[in-house]
Order: sequence, then C-alpha cells, then structure tokens
Amino acid sequence: MIRFVNVNKEYKNGVKALSNINLFIDKGEFVFLVGPSGAGKSTLIKLILKEENPTEGRIYLNNRDITYVKNRKIPYIRRSVGVVFQDFRLLPNKTVYENVSFAMEIIGAHPKDIRRNVPMVLSMVDLSDKAHNYPHELSGGEHQRVAIARAIVNSPPILIADEPTGNLDPETAWGIMKVLRDINRRGTTILMATHAKDIVDAMKRRVVEIEKGVIVRDEEKGVYEHEIPGY
Amino acid sequence: MSMRFRVIKNILKQGFKGLWRNKGMGLASVTSITAVLVILGIFLILILSLNNVVMDTREKFDEVQVFLEDEITASQIEEIENRVKESDKVISVIFKSKDQALEEMKKSWGDEGYLLNGLETNPLPHTLIIKLKDIEYADSVAKSIENMEGIEEIQYNQDIIEKLVLFSNYIRNGGLVVVSILLLVSVFIISNTIKLTVTARKTEINIMKYVGATNGYIRGPFVIEGLLFGLIGAVISILIVSYGYNYFFNAASDKLYVLFTVYLVPPKALMKDVMIIFIAIGAGIGALGSLVSMKRFLNV
Ligand SMILES: Nc1ncnc2c1ncn2[C@@H]1O[C@H](COP(=O)(O)OP(=O)(O)OP(=O)(O)O)[C@@H](O)[C@H]1O
Ligand SMILES: [Mg+2]
Repeated sequence: MIRFVNVNKEYKNGVKALSNINLFIDKGEFVFLVGPSGAGKSTLIKLILKEENPTEGRIYLNNRDITYVKNRKIPYIRRSVGVVFQDFRLLPNKTVYENVSFAMEIIGAHPKDIRRNVPMVLSMVDLSDKAHNYPHELSGGEHQRVAIARAIVNSPPILIADEPTGNLDPETAWGIMKVLRDINRRGTTILMATHAKDIVDAMKRRVVEIEKGVIVRDEEKGVYEHEIPGY
Repeated sequence: MSMRFRVIKNILKQGFKGLWRNKGMGLASVTSITAVLVILGIFLILILSLNNVVMDTREKFDEVQVFLEDEITASQIEEIENRVKESDKVISVIFKSKDQALEEMKKSWGDEGYLLNGLETNPLPHTLIIKLKDIEYADSVAKSIENMEGIEEIQYNQDIIEKLVLFSNYIRNGGLVVVSILLLVSVFIISNTIKLTVTARKTEINIMKYVGATNGYIRGPFVIEGLLFGLIGAVISILIVSYGYNYFFNAASDKLYVLFTVYLVPPKALMKDVMIIFIAIGAGIGALGSLVSMKRFLNV
C-alpha cells in the first residue's frame, strides 16, 4: 500500500525533517504514527499526499512509484488517499450533506452515486440526522465525523489522519476512534499521526515512532510509551 | 450525462457565482476592459482612415501641377510642354485653363457649386498637369522647368505624402503604446478582481485539492469568471464604438464635411473586424488576468 525506501526530506530552509525513512504499510493495516512535536510526522504525511517532494529515496503508493510525478497527475494520486486534519476543514456555508457530496461532485461522480453514497457514509459516522445542519450547528466531534465522511465518500483504499482527535475532549476522541476502527474493519488502510497516549495504548495497533526525523521504533500492537510534556 | 460534462457544468456554475459575488470589482474590470477597447477602436478608425488618405493621395497625386502666370503666351506654354515631354518619366501633359479649372471645381463641389457663382474674378490659375510614372520623379521634372518663363509655381505632393505617412506612423505607434499600457492595466485589474474570488474560496480550494480536484477543475471557474468580465467589456465597447462611430460618421457626412468623410472607413466595413478583434482581446485579457492571479497559488 504505502512504501518508503531510504527517504530523506530536507525543507528549503535547511531543516532536515526526515532521515533515511524505511517503512512499509500493508493493505488493511491500522498504523499509529507517534513522536514528539516537530519529529516529522506531518512531513511524512505530506510526502504521501504529494504536498512535498522527498529530497532522496523512493515512495510507492498502491505499488506505484509516486516519488516524482507530474503536477497534472497529483490529483489522481490524492483520490486514492482520504485525509482528515486536526482542524476539520469544513465549508461553513454548506450543509453536512453538501460538505460530503462536494467531494464527489468535484471528481464528476454520477448524481445517482452521490445520492446513494453520501447517506451511506453519513450513517457510517452516525450523522444521518444532522445531514441538513450547517457546521456551526455541530459539536467538535461531529465536525470531525463530517470530515471523515468526506474523506471516505469516494472509497479511497487509504485514509490518513493527522491528529484527528487533537481538538477533541477524550470522550469525543473515542467516538472518532470507533468510527476509524469501523472504517479500518471494512478494509481501508489507516495511517494516523497522534499525540493521544491513551488511545494508542488502548487500541493495541502497530505503532511507528519518529524522533528528530528518524524512525526509532516500529512494533505491532505497540504502546505510546513516551510522555510528552504538554500533551 | 458524462462525467466530463458534469465537471464542466460545475465549473461554469462556479464561474458565474464568482462573477456575481465580485460585482464591485467586476465593474472596475469591465470598465477597464471597455475603456481599452474603445480607445483601441478609436485608434483603429484613425489609422484605417489615415491609410485611406495616404493611398488616395498617392494615387491622385502622381502628378506635378505647374501653375502658370495669367499673362502667359501660347508659345511659352508650348515650350514648357515640349521640355517636359523630353523626360521618359512623364506619361502625359495636359493644359487646363483658368475657366476649365473653375468649372471642374464647381462640379466637384456638387450641390454647393453655386456658391462659386458669387466670385467676381476667377482666382484659379492656368495649369499644366504633368502625369508621372511615379511621384518620386516629381523633383527632377520640376527642376528641369523651374527657371522657364511664365511659371508662377510648381506644386507636387511628394512631401505631403511623406508627411502623411510619417503622421500615420506616429498615430499607429502612439496607439500601440497607449493600448499596450491600457491592456496591462486591465490585466492587472482583472487579476486583482479574480484574486478576491480566490481568497473568498481559499478554504474550499484547499479542500478541493485534498479531495483530488484537478488543477483544471480548480482553475476553471476563475478563468470563466475572467472570461466573462472580458466578454462583457467587449460587448459594451462594441456597442459604444459602433453606435458612437455611426453617429459621428453620419454627422460628419452631413454636407459640410463631405470631402472629409470620403476618407473615413465606413462603419459597416469596420464593425465586423472590430467585433472579432474586441471579443478576442476581451476574452484574452480576461483569461490572462485570471491565470496571472492564480499562478503563484496553484503550485500547492
Ligand atoms: N513547510 C516547511 N518548511 C520548513 N520547515 C518545515 C516545514 N514544515 C515543517 N517544517 C519543519 O520540519 C520539522 C518537522 O515538522 P512536522 O510538521 O513534520 O512535525 P510533526 O511531527 O508533525 O509535529 P507536530 O506533532 O507538532 O505536528 C519541524 O522542525 C518543522 O519546523
Ligand atoms: Mg504535525
């Protein structure tokens, strides 16, 4: 699914964000990406999303070399990766339904498919009854569930989440984790960057830890392990 | 409906929305495009009309007019004619008397010819009209006779033509400079207008990128918006130029300026070209303006 081979990433300002990253994530896995602030987690995610190019090494996605692709091709790569952020990124002037259907419209999906898929994913994230509400009428957890629905509505094989629970209280965060676990059970590969120790510890999934741009630990059914001040 | 068609429909819809959302700046854009095109139109009319004058002058004045003294004798005239005919650059020499000249003038004034009946004496001189193979030989032919008896003045239009060509070059270059500057200003104003839409839709565009919208899909609505501003400007300026010029042409054709209007491009002959040029330029400025406004921001 996702493979990094000897990947280095140095930003233009000279910051070495990632060094010699080797990582393989198989189809259907659920992987936590942990590490202190500034370790390079978001950078790794940006490389998969083609928001940044690696300085060295190779990156493969669905068995395809995406290390260097033409700008024109990037949108098609992104269609195979759903993505969720800490700050939700919903459109305030669109309803829940529209925020999700929008993702299908822009790839030119058939209206029939839109009418079928959107209610389906909204029910998956348990938001069927809020379909016609606007974002400002929703709680934080509901915001994030809309974002997740939008990320998976085009059925991408991979879902990437960068601190999806970062803005949520622990209980709401657990709600989000249940949704992600369900999505993973249906076969979607999930890569989630997080600082949420108790979630990582309780889920008992594969944990990849980065520190100063280097993978320092990669274990099945791992735990968070490090205490990070302020989190 | 195919996928491509739905995508295009969405792009168009967003483009029109942007147009509406940006009414204020849009007005500025449309005004600037209209201004450029109207000014371009005025220069076009000027240049084409001047061209007419040059061509016409060239044709009409490949001749030298020798104005003769009233007291000239027949033998003196013959002498001049013979001297002129020696040159192989001369096609013909025709003598036109004072009276013939006045008669011709009356004719050419048409309905206003009667005005000349009031003259007490005929102010026109006897004239020898020397037809040349080309206007450039005028100098040498004139020199060959200039010291002969009975000649009052030798007139030919070499320098008139040169001056006209020079003048129309000035107009053309001036027009080019003015129109180019205004074109740049319009592109700038449009690009700023589009930037407002881009900013207003920043979050949306950001999300679109993550969901895998193509650059074309993201750019499309802005290009459409710019294009629409350009086309609206083109249509307005076509109306202004066509009505304005028609009005001017008719007013000028009013008897007093007949001599002047024969050189003006007829509005009908002009409008088809103007329409094509204006629409092309309007659309071009619009599209270019929106592309300029998004260039930096698209590479994310
Ligand atoms: N666009 C950028 N240009 C330059 N340096 C950057 C850029 N983005 C990130 N960095 C730097 O790269 C390093 C890794 O940042 P990154 O965002 O990947 O960390 P992170 O692990 O996601 O941290 P956090 O847990 O705080 O989100 C940091 O030193 C950061 O300052
Ligand atoms: Mg981060």
